[in-house]
Amino acid sequence: MASSRHSDAGPGADTDARSAEYAPLDHVDAAEPSPTGGASGGPRLGGIGWLRFIWRQLTSMRTALILLLLLALAAVPGSLVPQTTSDPNGVIAYHQNDPELAAVLDALGLFSTFSSPWFSAIYLLLFISLIGCVIPRAIQHARALAARPPRTPARLERMIGHTVRAFDGDATTALAAAERLLRSRGYRVARYPTRAGESVSAERGYLRETGNLLFHVSLIGVLIAVAIGGSVGYTGQRVVTEGTAFTNVQSGYDSFYPGRLFTESMLAPFSLRLDEFLVDFEENNLAAYGSAHNFRAHMTITEPGHEPRDDTLTVNGPLTVDDVRIYLLGNGYSPVLTIRNPDGDIVFSQPTLFRPLDAAYLSTGVIKVPDGLAEQVGLEGLFYPTAVRGDSGAFFSSHPDLINPLLTLEVYTGDLGLDDGRATNAYVLDVEGLGLTQLAGREAPVESLYLKPGEAVDLPNGLGTATLEPVIPRFAAIEMHWDPAQPWLFGFVLAAIAGLLVALFVPRRRVWARARIAEDGAVQLEWAGLAKGEDARLPDSVAALADAVSVPGSGSGSADPPGSSDGADVGLAP
Amino acid sequence: MTETLDSYSLIAVYSAMAVYALAFILFTLDLARRSAEVTRRQDAAALEQAAAGGTNAGVTATATLAPPTAAATTPAPKYLNAAVALVVIGWLLHLSGDVLRGIAAARVPWGNMYEFGLTSTLIIVTVFLVAQLWQDLRFLGAYVTGFVVLALGVATVNFYVAIVPLPDALSRSPYWLVIHVMVAILGVGFFALGAALSVAQLLRLRRAAGGLARARYLDTIPSADRLETFAYAINVIAFVLWTFTLVAGAIWANDAWGRPWGWDTKEVWTFIIWVLYAGYIHARATRGWRGARSAWLAIIGFAAVVFNFSIVNVFFKGLHSYSGL
Repeated sequence: MASSRHSDAGPGADTDARSAEYAPLDHVDAAEPSPTGGASGGPRLGGIGWLRFIWRQLTSMRTALILLLLLALAAVPGSLVPQTTSDPNGVIAYHQNDPELAAVLDALGLFSTFSSPWFSAIYLLLFISLIGCVIPRAIQHARALAARPPRTPARLERMIGHTVRAFDGDATTALAAAERLLRSRGYRVARYPTRAGESVSAERGYLRETGNLLFHVSLIGVLIAVAIGGSVGYTGQRVVTEGTAFTNVQSGYDSFYPGRLFTESMLAPFSLRLDEFLVDFEENNLAAYGSAHNFRAHMTITEPGHEPRDDTLTVNGPLTVDDVRIYLLGNGYSPVLTIRNPDGDIVFSQPTLFRPLDAAYLSTGVIKVPDGLAEQVGLEGLFYPTAVRGDSGAFFSSHPDLINPLLTLEVYTGDLGLDDGRATNAYVLDVEGLGLTQLAGREAPVESLYLKPGEAVDLPNGLGTATLEPVIPRFAAIEMHWDPAQPWLFGFVLAAIAGLLVALFVPRRRVWARARIAEDGAVQLEWAGLAKGEDARLPDSVAALADAVSVPGSGSGSADPPGSSDGADVGLAP
Repeated sequence: MTETLDSYSLIAVYSAMAVYALAFILFTLDLARRSAEVTRRQDAAALEQAAAGGTNAGVTATATLAPPTAAATTPAPKYLNAAVALVVIGWLLHLSGDVLRGIAAARVPWGNMYEFGLTSTLIIVTVFLVAQLWQDLRFLGAYVTGFVVLALGVATVNFYVAIVPLPDALSRSPYWLVIHVMVAILGVGFFALGAALSVAQLLRLRRAAGGLARARYLDTIPSADRLETFAYAINVIAFVLWTFTLVAGAIWANDAWGRPWGWDTKEVWTFIIWVLYAGYIHARATRGWRGARSAWLAIIGFAAVVFNFSIVNVFFKGLHSYSGL
C-alpha cells in the first residue's frame, strides 16, 4: 500500500501511470536526460543540444543531491584543520610545528576551507542547480494556481481511500453537500461531468509548493545577504583600558578586517570611553571559588550631534551605535609602568596590556623602551593579581582579583628592531631573533625584578628605575562589527524557516466526489483521493470527508469513526 | 546543599541505568521469542502442508509465511509488558536525576557535556515512550535501552563534572540557553529514533533479499516500506528542530561572539548534519535513492550527530568548549 504513494519514484507502472495524470503538482524528478536530447531521440546533437543536456543534468534532483553530499564532505576538513578566520593562532602554530605539511595544506586552501575555490565551486554549482530547479517550478506552480482542479478520473476505485457511501437525498443535493464541505476544508473545487455521474474535483495544499519555493528562494537570499555583508562591512578589534577612549577611525583599531568594497568613509563617527570595568567573583560555590564572571564594561558613548551617554557592555550584551555592533570579547589587567632615566626624567609611562593565561588571571605582557635610556630596553613581565609562592618557590596567582598584586620583570637590552620600519608584534619580545641580552631574570646573574603597586626598583647596570603605579586599571577587548545586510539576512532566514515548515507539513491532496445512482435507485457518493509525497493520513481524511456528508444536512463533522480502522498517522501499525 | 542534591541526582541516574539494563535484557529476550515464534509458525505451516500431502513442504511454507499482522495479534508475553514498565520506572528515575541536577545547579540541566548527555538520553526515552501511544515500537526497545545505558555510562564515567557556575556567555543568555540547547537536545532525540527505524528498515531489506537467515524476529516487525515512511516522518521533525537549533545558535552567536556564523568547529558540524539530512530529504524525492540508500543517509546523519556530540566536543578546539572537562 505504501508504494501507491511513492508516485514520483516508484517503479510500479500502474502507480506511475495514474499519478502522471492525476497526482497534484509537485516536483517530479524527470527521467534521466540523455545527450541525444528529448523525445525525438535523434542522433544529431549540436552545441545547443549539449548545453541543454548539461543544464538538465545540473538542475536534476540527483545532481542536487550529490552536490549536497559533496558539500557536507567538503566542510569536514574545515573542522579538522585550524581556520584562518576562526583560529589564526592555530594556523600559525601549525606552520611552526609542521612546516612541510602546513605548506601542502596551505596550497590546498585547507586553512581557509570555506572560501577555498573547491568549496566555493560546490556551493555555487549547488545554487545554480537550485535556481535552475526553482524557476521552472515557480512557473509551473503559477500555472497550477491559475488553473482549475483537473477533471475527475474515470475509475475512482484505482485512487487512494476509495469509498462509497449511501446518501439520503437526490444526486444534486449530495454533490452540493460534498462541494460545500470540500470548500469549507480549504479545497478548491470544480465540477466535472463523468460517464458514471456528475462529480466534484477538489485540490488543496498549494501552499506546500509555495513554501517549498519560498524556502529555496530564501536560501539564495541568505547567500546574497552574506556576500553583500561580507564585502561592504567590516570587523575590527581594539583593546581599551579604563580611563581611555577609542575613536572609530581605521587607525584606531588594533586589527581591522574590511570587506572588499569597504571605504573608510563608511566608518560611523563615534567614540567610546571605558569609564570602569567591573567583575564579580564567585564566593559561594567552593568548586569554582573565586572564578570571575558577570563582566560589565561601563562606557561613555559620544556621537556627533548627541549628548554623551552612558551604557554598559557585557558578554552576550552587545551595544549598537549608529548600526555598528560593539561586543565585549575579553578583559584583563593593564598595569601602568613608569620608567625613569638615571636623572629621574620619565621616558615611558603608560598602561600595558597583560594577556591572561589562566582562570586566576596570571598574565603576561611586554614593554619596549626604545628611547631615552642608555640602551634600548625590553621588559618581559608576569603579573599575578593574587601572588602566592608555591612549594617549589615559584609564584602563581590564586585568585583573579587584586588581593596581593605582584609584577615580575625580566630585563633585556639590545636592538629591539623598532627602528628599521619592519612590522613587529607589540605583544612579543623576540629575544632569540633580535639577539637580546638578558640583564635580569632566570638566565642572568641578576634576579628578575619584583614590583608591588607603588614600589620602584632600579634597573640593572644603572639604566634607570621602574615604578609600578599604585592603581592597576583593567582593559576590555572589544570588537566592532558593521554588516549593513544583516536585517536582510535575518529576514531571509525567517522566510526560509516559514517556507520549510509549510513545505514539510502541509499536505498536497486531490479529492474527488462523484454522485451516482446505484442499481436499486439509491443515491451514492463515491470518494477517492490522491496525494503527492508522503501523506499517510489521506485514506483517513477521505473517509472522514465521506462520513461528514453521508447524512444529509450534516455539512460538517461526523460522529462516526473513520471507515479505515488503521487509525495510524503514518500507517506503521502492522 | 548543591553537593547533596547532586549526589542524589547521581544515585537516581545510576538506578535508572540499572533499570534500563534490566529492560534491555527483557527486550532482547523478546526478540529471541519473536524468532522462536516465527520458527514455530513455519513448522506448523510445514506440518499442515505435509498433512495435506505437499511434497515440497518447506519451500511452500516459507513462501506463504504469514504477514507480520499474525505476530502482532498474538498477545505480547508478560515480560514484554514488564520491559516497558521497567522503561517507565527507569524514565522516572532518569527524570528525577535530571531535575535534581538542575535544582542543584539552579539552572537548566544542560550547561555542560555531562548534563547534555543526561538530558538528551532522557529525551530519547521520552520520544520512544510517547511514540508508543501511536505506534507499537517495542521492537526498538532493545536498541533504545541499550543505546541509552551505554550513553549514560559514558556520560557518568567520562563526562561527569561537579557543578560550577556557567561562563558569562551561557549564564547571561538564559533564554538562548533554554531555546538553542533544548531544541538541539530534542533534535538529537528524534534523530536517534529515526536512525533506529532506518537500521530496522535495512535489516528488513537484507532479510527480504535472503540474508540474515537466523534473525527471524525481523519477520515480526513492520515492513521495510512502513519503517521507511515512519523514519521519514521522525527525521523530518528532527530536521526542522535542527534547523531551529542552527538558526537560534546563529542569533545567539551574533550577540555573544559578534557574528552569526563563523565556522567554529561546532558550527561546521551542525552545518554538515543539516546538509546531510537535507540530502536525505531530497533523496526521498530522487529516482533510485529511495529505500536502502536514503536509509543509509539517515544513519550517516545520525553518526555525524554522535560524532558532533562526542569527538568534536572533547577533542576539537572551538568556541563551544562547554564540556567542562
